Amino acid sequence: MNLKIISELDRISEEKKLTKEQKEKVIEELRKRIEEAKLQPGEAIGVISAQSIGEPGTQMTMKTKHFAGVTEMNVTLGLPRLIEIFDARRTPSTPTMTIYLNQKYANNESIVRKIASRILEIKLEDIVNEVSIDLVNLRIEVEINTKKVKMYGVKKDEVLESLKKVLKKHNVSIREKKIIIKPSKKVDVRELYRLRSKIREIHIRGIPGISQVLPVQKGNEWIIKTAGSNLKEVIKMEEVDYTRTITNDIHEVQRVLGIEAARNAIINEALSTLKEQGLDVDIRHIMLIADTMTNTGVIKGISRYGITGEKLSVLARASFEVPLKHLFDASCHLEIDDLRSVVENVMINQPVPIGTGILKLVVKPEK
Amino acid sequence: MEKKKLDLFAHIWVPKHRIMSEEEKEELLKKYNITLQQLPRILVNDPICKELKAKVGDVIEIERDSPTAGKAMYYRVVVLE
Repeated sequence: MNLKIISELDRISEEKKLTKEQKEKVIEELRKRIEEAKLQPGEAIGVISAQSIGEPGTQMTMKTKHFAGVTEMNVTLGLPRLIEIFDARRTPSTPTMTIYLNQKYANNESIVRKIASRILEIKLEDIVNEVSIDLVNLRIEVEINTKKVKMYGVKKDEVLESLKKVLKKHNVSIREKKIIIKPSKKVDVRELYRLRSKIREIHIRGIPGISQVLPVQKGNEWIIKTAGSNLKEVIKMEEVDYTRTITNDIHEVQRVLGIEAARNAIINEALSTLKEQGLDVDIRHIMLIADTMTNTGVIKGISRYGITGEKLSVLARASFEVPLKHLFDASCHLEIDDLRSVVENVMINQPVPIGTGILKLVVKPEK
Repeated sequence: MEKKKLDLFAHIWVPKHRIMSEEEKEELLKKYNITLQQLPRILVNDPICKELKAKVGDVIEIERDSPTAGKAMYYRVVVLE
């Protein structure tokens, strides 16, 4: 029996003061129940999982652009999010992180706010009124918004410094409230426009990719929720408790923490999406899907580009999506179908190799 | 921003990983009557493999904290891609 049941049993038998005999009886009964609950070899667990998730899925809200809690943060939830997870999209439509802080900082709201402001990415366009092109002198003028500069607490030198770092080839000078960028070479107007859009995007401070931060109280500690995700950089921060900090970008989890962590990420994300909609799906089904998705060491979605596209049987692939393409490709490559799986056997009206059909009898002729 | 050495295994989502010895590997394959290619895979350039300095062909034993089974063992073979 597994450890969890044993420890649970020990706890309860102590609580109820069971005698040794009674306890043995309980164990006996448990053994029987576990044996009954076990799946038979050949059971089609994939189909059971698919139905167990598909049926509650029909009850999900079709389009939820939910506003999580009282906050202004916008998070994709419901069916669109579930599809996103199982398709293994490169980036989620609303990447978010949940950042936990070390004990030292987590209880102090003002410190947490300060840390949050350091995580938030500030680009040049966030702190300026206008980035204009001076066509007469062929230069770019940046007009700084003093209010915003004060609000974010950025220093002018800091801005100038980061500008100079990126625009090494050009002359950057400051004149009263304006920063003037004069290209060193002669440039035409089109290049000037291109330069302007580049200048707007210049990174001044914070962690790239984090477009919103929001300190939230959870229990007796403060955590930071973000819009935008950059796990790799955030967990390097000294104040951050990286052991609990998570993101909803599954591919990013794989890049930073490995494939096993990505499996956990899939399970957690799918389960919490379902739970949020008030649906209760057994975790085993989701675990099976997560295992299948991470089986090859990289995350494969359940789509024609992912695991369905990798099925050995031509007919099985053709039965999913775009059948003609698969049949043409297979005939070009001279593929052979061994008819070992379910779908292709249904197609050709043969017993499917699940349940009792998994057995094959071979006659051994007498000599 | 200060740099600090991160212990990936401390993260809540990362289970215990361990490289198996050759004998254990053989025992495992015998127990399940499978070949190395039939095991689930993990990439060499996976952050965990880098941390363990695993080579292609190694088998990694993963001790998962399972919500249903308490502890569950899982095995992955290290592959190039």
